[in-house]
Amino acid sequence: MPHRHLRQQQHELLRFLTCGSVDDGKSTLIGRLLYDSQLIFEDTLAAITRDSRKHGTTGDDIDLALLVDGLEAERQQGITIDVAYRFFQTPRRSFIVADTPGHEQYTRNMATGASAASLAVILIDARKGVLTQTRRHSYICSLLGIRDIVVAVNKIDLVKFDQDTFDRIVGDYVTFASELGFRSIVPVPISARYGDNVTSRSGNMPWYNGPTLLEHLETVDVSQDLAARPFRFPVQWVNRPNLDFRGFAGTIASGRIAPGDQVVVAASGKTSRIARIVTADGDLPAAEAGEAVTLTLEDEIDVARGDILVRSAERPPVADQFAGHLLWMDEEAMLPGRGYLMRIGNIWTPCSVTSIRHRVDVNTLEEHAARRLSLNEIGFCNFSAGQPIPLDPYADNRATGAFILVDRFTNRTAGAGMVAFPLRRASNIHHEHFTIDKAARAALVGNTPMVLWFTGLSGSGKSTIANIVEQALHRAGRPTYSLDGDNIRHGLCRDLGFTAEDRVENIRRVGEVAKLFVDAGMVVLCSFISPFRAERRMVRDLLGPGEFTEVFVDTPIEACMARDPKGLYARAQAGQIKNFTGIDSPYEAPEHAELHILTAGRTPEDCAEEVLERLRAAGIAC
Amino acid sequence: MSSQSGKATLTPHLARLEAESIAIIREVAASFRKPVMLYSIGKDSGVMLHLALKAFAPGKPPFPLLHVDTTWKFREMIAFRDMMAKKVGMELLVHTNPDGIERGISPVASGSALHTQVMKTEGLKQALDKWGFDAAFGGARRDEEKSRAKERIFSFRGPGHSWDPRGQRPELWNLFNTRIRDGESIRVFPLSNWTEYDVWDYVLAEDIPVVPLYFAKQRPVVKRSGTWIMVDDERLPLEPGETPEMRMVRFRTLGCYPLSGAVESTAATLPEIIAEMRAARTSERQGRLIDTDEDASMEKKKREGYF
Repeated sequence: MPHRHLRQQQHELLRFLTCGSVDDGKSTLIGRLLYDSQLIFEDTLAAITRDSRKHGTTGDDIDLALLVDGLEAERQQGITIDVAYRFFQTPRRSFIVADTPGHEQYTRNMATGASAASLAVILIDARKGVLTQTRRHSYICSLLGIRDIVVAVNKIDLVKFDQDTFDRIVGDYVTFASELGFRSIVPVPISARYGDNVTSRSGNMPWYNGPTLLEHLETVDVSQDLAARPFRFPVQWVNRPNLDFRGFAGTIASGRIAPGDQVVVAASGKTSRIARIVTADGDLPAAEAGEAVTLTLEDEIDVARGDILVRSAERPPVADQFAGHLLWMDEEAMLPGRGYLMRIGNIWTPCSVTSIRHRVDVNTLEEHAARRLSLNEIGFCNFSAGQPIPLDPYADNRATGAFILVDRFTNRTAGAGMVAFPLRRASNIHHEHFTIDKAARAALVGNTPMVLWFTGLSGSGKSTIANIVEQALHRAGRPTYSLDGDNIRHGLCRDLGFTAEDRVENIRRVGEVAKLFVDAGMVVLCSFISPFRAERRMVRDLLGPGEFTEVFVDTPIEACMARDPKGLYARAQAGQIKNFTGIDSPYEAPEHAELHILTAGRTPEDCAEEVLERLRAAGIAC
Repeated sequence: MSSQSGKATLTPHLARLEAESIAIIREVAASFRKPVMLYSIGKDSGVMLHLALKAFAPGKPPFPLLHVDTTWKFREMIAFRDMMAKKVGMELLVHTNPDGIERGISPVASGSALHTQVMKTEGLKQALDKWGFDAAFGGARRDEEKSRAKERIFSFRGPGHSWDPRGQRPELWNLFNTRIRDGESIRVFPLSNWTEYDVWDYVLAEDIPVVPLYFAKQRPVVKRSGTWIMVDDERLPLEPGETPEMRMVRFRTLGCYPLSGAVESTAATLPEIIAEMRAARTSERQGRLIDTDEDASMEKKKREGYF
């Protein structure tokens, strides 16, 4: 156990991940590293010896994979599902290993492990050579910015320690990986199960002169030299313990800084100088990438969480539209136009994909056209954010180039994105300021402009009720306009069908048109099935507070089918219409509609009166 | 790390762990309405508290400390807890499950599983609900136990504090998803990437106070199930033939005293503890009687709301 007694001042940390598929022996390899570096304790060993008999796949030998497969489901199925983090250390380095599953269905888990790693060990089964999965793992590593690769050709014992087999596999890999931009590729022939070339040199392969896997991991230089890059300081928390102190706490993402240096707030352009670099251990004369510090400025300028301090000569572009890669991680597919929340640095802002430029086939790296991204799919997309954001390409800076998308309803982390470049359209289109605004137009006609959004199944009575409401408003002298499937689908949206993607785009366009009519000072009555919560929310977000009233016309589907004014249900049930809401396409009922109208047993006039009462309560005489 | 910085004693590895943990702690203060830091008095809690003090200097951490007291902690732990709260000047909240007291739940009479369930897990949930905390820091580390190895740094809990290992959010880069709805909460583990070695190295480097029970001393103990149990007060009933004897022992982990096994040791200083740990052949949780109940028992406890 020589490792345990030595410690060095320059002890450093290497984070790496292992990628391989079910049978490549990833978990066994990590188990071997822990076992050989003497980091498995007697009681842990006793526990896995017991478990090996119950779940193991290695006969009477200890199944080292059981050291790392922690969740009950994984042990029962003999596979790794989630990312497991393992720790070991040698006199030279401390290691954090992300053990990630290799199946295509777990691409998101692998990307999670890769996001924090600076090196990847890619396992290849010596009997099988470079496979589809090898390409997939390598591509994901490359996409997430890993630049140093170890190709561990495992189970070399099963090909009789044959050099030709090893050389052929390495040749195949290097050829394939030439496009992936790796800085180093180091191949090592190993047997994880028996330990050859893992931590000690194998006597079975005299032809191999390279380092053991552990020797390489202990010595490889993976430094990114973040301190030499442009200064980026995302403000995480404003520290104001008393009236005399106002500091900006955060971790320096890149570059270095010293008191007296000039800094600029990236988004606003306000400038000041660093006064102090405060820490609990006293002020620092300088600080660099990786340090968690608190900066104070010489001037009282406006700085808040989410702002990024940079140097004026190195300001990043600030844009609300950009292009980048997106890995989709949610069961529910990503649809262009749908609204999500984006977190980039310490900024949270609404964001949507405006178009998918192409989808990448993770197995072949071919580019395909796509109209949605499903779970584990990767696309190159254009994005539109709710506010201008300082951006760097992901390859240059993760702090300003990596982002996640979150589902607005479930709060699940749905997508992981990497900025490629800002889109120039964002900086070239400026809003014109007209003197006559919405309030002026509304005042002229004495109106309270707003959208009444009627949602419900086909045949629920949306248009009928909206029609009665509009008549009453018209009689009362209120300027109105109605938008419904008939006047929209035949014109503005005639190019759209009824797939989920097209429904999203249809509602997006309707929402933008409704917003223009509200700007013109009108009450806009919109009657659309609008089956998805996300799109109704998107329209709501386009408008100001109080300008959107959601009216849920709640009619049981049996009643709609019995009524079937256009004969559509009959045709849908006969299979003549696809994607029909309520038949083979879902309707997500509103959870917090301003008005929930139960129509059963009531006349349309009675239902319309309920809407009118609401308008009167809001101060609209009608 | 520059040598003038005052952190010259930290290795680059420890300095990086420290910075990462400070960022996590600040993130919680910035993102949640009402956070709390669980303080369980042990070495990990001590390190976590030390990091919180560093994160907000020159101010104080903008959240209170919470101790869920099972009434079976070592007396020295309670004295240490009160001394530390006073020393750091933070509010200390203490909660004990009143139902458990009423039912007479104790590790001796009820067994470790029921005691842990009622006094720790239920007590914790009561306390979080009572004060309406939406984020709670815990000192758990991924190297402690297998199901912890897959835990997120920001661990999402549904209504009723439920933990679904399959429903956890992917955690990429340091872009934590801090969004929750009413009734949901987040448990945060700033020490996720620390090992037992790192904790002790850091305690030594930063001169962090720890409970004296970690240091070897002559203590009254009895041998049970192959481990030394300390007779901390008269509540521990002695079995026929058992007589407490004085032994030179110390604790690697601390919990309720009838559930925490001591090891024979002469390590009475931090460097001696570290040397002993590096030569040890058993894991620190070996002294914890609650983990050995059954396979995957930690995963089961966590599903029920245990930290």
